[in-house]
Amino acid sequence: MFDNLSEKLDKALHVLKGHGQITEINVAETLKEVRRALLDADVNFKIAKEFTNTVKEKALGQDVLTALQPGQLMVKLVKDELTQLMGGDVEGINLSGDPSVVLMSGLQGSGKTTFSGKLASYLKTKKTKKPLLVACDVYRPAAVDQLHVVGDQIGVEVFSDRGNTDPVAISKAGIAYAKANGHNVVIIDTAGRLAVDEEMMNEIANIHKAINPQETLFVVDAMTGQDAVNTAKAFNDILNFDGVILTKLDGDTRGGAAISIKSVVNKPIKFIGTGEKMDAIDVFYPARMAERILGMGDVVSLVERA
Amino acid sequence: EKTKTSFFGKLNKAVAGKSKVDDDVLDNLEEVLVASDVGVDTTLKIIKGIEARVAKDKYVGTEELNEILREEIARLLSETNSGEDVEFTIPKDKKPYVIMVVGVNGVGKTTTIGKLAYQFKKQGYKVVLGAGDTFRAAAIDQLQIWADRVGIPIIKQQMGSDPASVAFDTLSSAVKNDADVVIIDTAGRLHNKINLMNELSKVSRVMQKVVPDTPNDVLLVLDGSTGQNAFEQAKQFTKATNVTSLAVTKLDGTAKGGVVIGISDQFKIPVKYIGVGEGIEDLQVFNKYEFVDSFFSNK
Ligand SMILES: Nc1nc2c(ncn2[C@@H]2O[C@H](COP(=O)(O)OP(=O)(O)OP(=O)(O)O)[C@@H](O)[C@H]2O)c(=O)[nH]1
Ligand SMILES: Nc1nc2c(ncn2[C@@H]2O[C@H](COP(=O)(O)OP(=O)(O)OP(=O)(O)O)[C@@H](O)[C@H]2O)c(=O)[nH]1
Ligand SMILES: [Mg+2]
Ligand SMILES: [Mg+2]
Repeated sequence: MFDNLSEKLDKALHVLKGHGQITEINVAETLKEVRRALLDADVNFKIAKEFTNTVKEKALGQDVLTALQPGQLMVKLVKDELTQLMGGDVEGINLSGDPSVVLMSGLQGSGKTTFSGKLASYLKTKKTKKPLLVACDVYRPAAVDQLHVVGDQIGVEVFSDRGNTDPVAISKAGIAYAKANGHNVVIIDTAGRLAVDEEMMNEIANIHKAINPQETLFVVDAMTGQDAVNTAKAFNDILNFDGVILTKLDGDTRGGAAISIKSVVNKPIKFIGTGEKMDAIDVFYPARMAERILGMGDVVSLVERA
Repeated sequence: EKTKTSFFGKLNKAVAGKSKVDDDVLDNLEEVLVASDVGVDTTLKIIKGIEARVAKDKYVGTEELNEILREEIARLLSETNSGEDVEFTIPKDKKPYVIMVVGVNGVGKTTTIGKLAYQFKKQGYKVVLGAGDTFRAAAIDQLQIWADRVGIPIIKQQMGSDPASVAFDTLSSAVKNDADVVIIDTAGRLHNKINLMNELSKVSRVMQKVVPDTPNDVLLVLDGSTGQNAFEQAKQFTKATNVTSLAVTKLDGTAKGGVVIGISDQFKIPVKYIGVGEGIEDLQVFNKYEFVDSFFSNK
């Protein structure tokens, strides 16, 4: 699937090479391949279309600087546009509360529990915080055990209340416990839920209202396809979340969902997950993501070779 | 349900006000299919099929488009899916029948095992589970809870132990206790991690020491909301483990699961089950006619 991408772009870029100015004619073929690349990378089809239109407008009529080949100019245009779309500076996490409360949200299996642990560990070791993990998933079999195992692995305390089936009450009790025991960050793990599950979406809205978190994070699997926009929008409509966490980027997915989500909710992607282990967390770099989505590493080297 | 109505809604919009299939309709159709994660290649394949029909029949009304589209998609699925199955069955001549469940992280392997075990038990089969995910936090506890729900035994070891050894124990126990079906859970693993993929081959080899020619079925679980990366998953898991069937989960959401059409076509692996919720009953036998119909029904 992805193997022939660079080959195709090579061909498309070949059309541009040797022309002094980017015109309607020589830009069309390249943009078709860029669009195709975006779709193969799971960028939402509407956003892919908008994107290529924007790039086209920016490209048309541009004189090719003496130092640059047209192909290189196009590559630069596409990459810059994508990087810009994906967010400017690296954004950290708001820790202004006392304690600061971080609420996790997302679909089933996206990586919320794992990321809760990673974040706690990161804040503990890199920011010398004293975090508390709170287990508010009362549905998934062994969800509470999972968080306890994670907490043990990283040496962070976990608050849970196994008899309690009300996540709102547990989250409040967790924050109260944190205050009483000198924890300055509280990370609330919640159950996975579908955006179309009204009851469950109400539940997380209620948790959100009850605890008023400094930071609400939407955790999403980087392998997500076209549906990413629907889900992100639905969660954002309910929670107006502060940031996105992109998980499982240690795979070979191009991760086009990142642009789709950014375009549709305009919230920063704050961290990425790059493995199952507790230290597999990294801040998000828009330019790297842009390169990944387009397989730019290949393209840039191709142009340089040409 | 929402999934399919919106697909159909879009398709209707694509053909609205048109009396025959023209380029505009085909363009819109392309969009609908791509937006359903069908992927560019498979979409073009479907469109080509339709174009060929239009060329042959000279005139195709939008009325007929649904029917043709349904046939085209069913055709891609047909080589590997008989499409007639309605029940959860296992071949009678193999005992114990061993199913190994594999897939990337968080797709729904363990949950699917719980649901599947429940269905087999309901059919009167004697089922045993093997807790082969010895890596993920509380994965064993999770499978234990499913085993308790279904009311069947589970064979397990400590977290961190060798999954091949768990599989060995499970098959030995199954043979000793005359079980009909064995389902082995495995840890989620990304298909680009060579060591983890090799581990699956090892688990299979060790199973064969107890019962020859096992696992009889390697079930690759795909998350219905996954995009084009599912192709690469199918490719790599097929390489490592000889995948024999697919399950697509989380189809109760808004994701379309369209990627499975291309995968089934390209790898000739039948889709056996679909997951439609988190409850014990939320697993269905995949039926290609229902699958395709669900795209276009609901007029
Ligand atoms: N390879 C990889 N695996 C990950 C990453 N993040 C999470 N996982 C794995 O993905 C699976 C699901 O992660 P969980 O943290 O349980 O996901 P969740 O969102 O809490 O799931 P639910 O609570 O069931 O909704 C587990 O196998 C994790 O080990 C990551 O960045 N890379
Ligand atoms: N809505 C919905 N959720 C599902 C479905 N199947 C599984 N899930 C949920 O998805 C999450 C992950 O499921 P698991 O069964 O733990 O997935 P897994 O593949 O075993 O995960 P790892 O072992 O961590 O790789 C859980 O919250 C499940 O309840 C489904 O068909 N629909
Ligand atoms: Mg969880
Ligand atoms: Mg599992």
